Amino acid sequence: MPEEILLMDKITKVYPNGFVANKDVTFSINKGEIHALVGENGAGKTTLMKILFGIETPEEGRIVVKGKEVKIHNPLEAIEYGIGMVHQHFMLVPSLSVAENIYLGMEPKKNGLFDFEEACRLTEEACKKYNLIVNPRAAVQDLPVGQKQKVEILKALVRGADILVLDEPTAVLTPQETAELFVQLKALRDRGHTIVFISHKLNEIKELCDRLTVLRLGKSVGKAIVADVTEQDISRMMVGRDVVLKVDKPKAKPENAVLKVKNLVIVSESGKRIVDDVSFSVRKGEILGMAGVEGNGQSQISEAITGLLPYQSGTISINDVDVKGKSIRQIREMGVSHVSEDRMTYGISATSGVKDNVISDRYYKPEFNKGLFLDFKKIDELSDQLIKDFLIKCNDRDEAVRMLSGGNMQKVVVAREFSNNPHVIVCNQPTRGVDVGATEFIRKRIVELRDEGTAVLLISADLNEVLELSDSLIVMHNGKIAAYFEDASIIDDMTLGEYMLGVKTQTPEEIARVAYDK
Amino acid sequence: MIKDIFSLICTPAFLASVIRVTAPILFAALGGIFASRSGIFNMALESMLLWAALVGVIVSAAVKKMVLGGLTMGQAGYEAALSKANLFGCIAGFVCGVGVSVFVGLFLAYMGIKLRANLYLTGLAINTISTGGTVFVLYLAAGEKGISTSLSSCTMPVINIPIIKDIPIIGEIISGQNLMVYIAFICIPIVHIIINKTTLGLRIRAVGENANAAESVGVDVQNIQFKALALSGLFAGMGGITLSMAAVSFFSRGMSAGKGFMAMSAMNVGKATPLGTAAAALIFGVFDAASNALKTLSIPTQFIAALPYAATLVALVVFAIQSEKKARKIRALQDK
Repeated sequence: MPEEILLMDKITKVYPNGFVANKDVTFSINKGEIHALVGENGAGKTTLMKILFGIETPEEGRIVVKGKEVKIHNPLEAIEYGIGMVHQHFMLVPSLSVAENIYLGMEPKKNGLFDFEEACRLTEEACKKYNLIVNPRAAVQDLPVGQKQKVEILKALVRGADILVLDEPTAVLTPQETAELFVQLKALRDRGHTIVFISHKLNEIKELCDRLTVLRLGKSVGKAIVADVTEQDISRMMVGRDVVLKVDKPKAKPENAVLKVKNLVIVSESGKRIVDDVSFSVRKGEILGMAGVEGNGQSQISEAITGLLPYQSGTISINDVDVKGKSIRQIREMGVSHVSEDRMTYGISATSGVKDNVISDRYYKPEFNKGLFLDFKKIDELSDQLIKDFLIKCNDRDEAVRMLSGGNMQKVVVAREFSNNPHVIVCNQPTRGVDVGATEFIRKRIVELRDEGTAVLLISADLNEVLELSDSLIVMHNGKIAAYFEDASIIDDMTLGEYMLGVKTQTPEEIARVAYDK
Repeated sequence: MIKDIFSLICTPAFLASVIRVTAPILFAALGGIFASRSGIFNMALESMLLWAALVGVIVSAAVKKMVLGGLTMGQAGYEAALSKANLFGCIAGFVCGVGVSVFVGLFLAYMGIKLRANLYLTGLAINTISTGGTVFVLYLAAGEKGISTSLSSCTMPVINIPIIKDIPIIGEIISGQNLMVYIAFICIPIVHIIINKTTLGLRIRAVGENANAAESVGVDVQNIQFKALALSGLFAGMGGITLSMAAVSFFSRGMSAGKGFMAMSAMNVGKATPLGTAAAALIFGVFDAASNALKTLSIPTQFIAALPYAATLVALVVFAIQSEKKARKIRALQDK
């Protein structure tokens, strides 16, 4: 009989605004296992962990640690009970050394001064003990992400944590670092530590975890031994139905080219040609995918088209009107919409309400104004309509957008950008950090928009997404177009990978086909 | 003209005055380091200087009067009593002046950290109150609104350093300064040790850089920031004492004359490191001393009086350009 080390029993948490984040959630883990806590964004995983660390107080329910019922009021008490957290956004001081970060708050002293040498020695000892090797003297800011994560884990371990909670630890790691982390986590488990692994990457859960608990809409909806279930089973538990990862879309009927980019050159501050003589066009009624490893010029192209970034030479035209020298508003009025990859900066105003966000591109137009004042009746109508049409989960149209989950924030952006009858829409990573349900919804909307005759430029690092949604496809490598596929459905991800990594490049003639003249 | 300037500046007396006028700026700038490192911009350095200067004078005068009792000049034992009165007056003035300055720091902390008022506005408000408030208190204590000469306050002793005082030129520059001036320069390594070698310093730096990280390992962020602002007050307060109880023995209205703001810029230019800050403070001290020395020339006095402040502005602009250049270089490296 495995020993239950932590039980969160019938936890209910209602936020002051009435949002029920957890309802009767029961979460039980055994000593020495790796337990996955899975669920879509907004399913209540974060709230449950905040309760465990005393950051939030539950309305109902009890927490039992190692057989004793406890009340946890703050993260420090959690550490006293042996519960340690590795945050997704690292809690580290960049300019301080590894040893200083680890022993901050419990510093060894000599002659009344901080004993740095002793801290280094203790850190080295801990590194060896847990087989997590980092240089104690290195400044944290100079470390790669994987190493920073080790520092976070060490921080919890030296404070005596035997239950480690990792919040989406692989989101920031390279595949190699992820593999290394898994080896280390398994080693920790074998030493008797218990690990809670929060994630929504199903393959990782399959690979790493022993058991899992699924949260959906604030309730615990399932528990399973990982070996007994398939990825499909888990995903069905998460969303409550089979996710249609395939998008049903009729064949595109591309017409004339709406967005034309010719010989575009963008030079960075340091003089590097980030976008190097790129020409392509997007036709009415087609989705042109732009694949590529991030940082090969895709973002700069999308920002140049939408007026956010100046470009050095070349032309960008919408319906044969050059955008050079036009303000962002003028470009938008030419029918260009933009879903930026940087949602928090260019997508939304986090502290404003849903309503203010959805009208921010059109508040000045005559139809929303009455004399000197805004016509709030019309604005309210529009907001409510969009909230309904785009299934935005919010309390009301004035709720601050920062209160929404990531998926719903993105829906606010999409609601605004998709509803202004665009001729051209640039979607840059439209479903990044968005849960499965919202992803499916947004992808469907993109296809609908295409069928209504919008030219869609889809930039995504998610290969499945580009392959699934695109009608035709270009691949970016090193600021240039490496390949053009007129029919995106005939390529497989292996071939795509070769072009993305620059192993293969098409001839200039082949690439030139993407620049349609009419 | 140029010759006149040189003949004024290239003298041991001028260099000695640079060291002298640097002291209060240096104190305040060192105080600013603690606040800045803990993530708080201490706008109230100017007020700390003013209040410490005023309270130092008032308390030292009161204590001196008390110790002297009814004795008057010429009576037996007057000399002995006077030196005793001066000693007690100095100590009491120092302690109370610095204490008030620490209180200003704690008040700023209470408003800005505990009650979460805007720190800039609070600092600005404290400065505005202090400009008038010190004059009001001066009037209550001395019956004057401009200068405290009616109070017989004490001054810190002048120190002649043995051996060094006999070296030509150097002796003239370094020796024979007021005790507070020496304390100011000794404080540079002290602040360096507090910031870089003590656990408090480590925590202050951690809190200033990433308060969440510090909090997550059980560092009480508010507590650290309160301590940092108290230390800020401690050092700036000594600067105030230097203003009114060293070179002169009186308080005059607005006598800090923007030195708190110069200290803030010195701290910024010196990137809140003790050594860099001290170097920057010394540069401002040069201009401050120059504006005093050049008053005798036929250059419009307003122009000369503006020199230290113009230097502050120039320093800030140059500093901003430099760090922008550096940032660009780093970005360029990252692009590669």
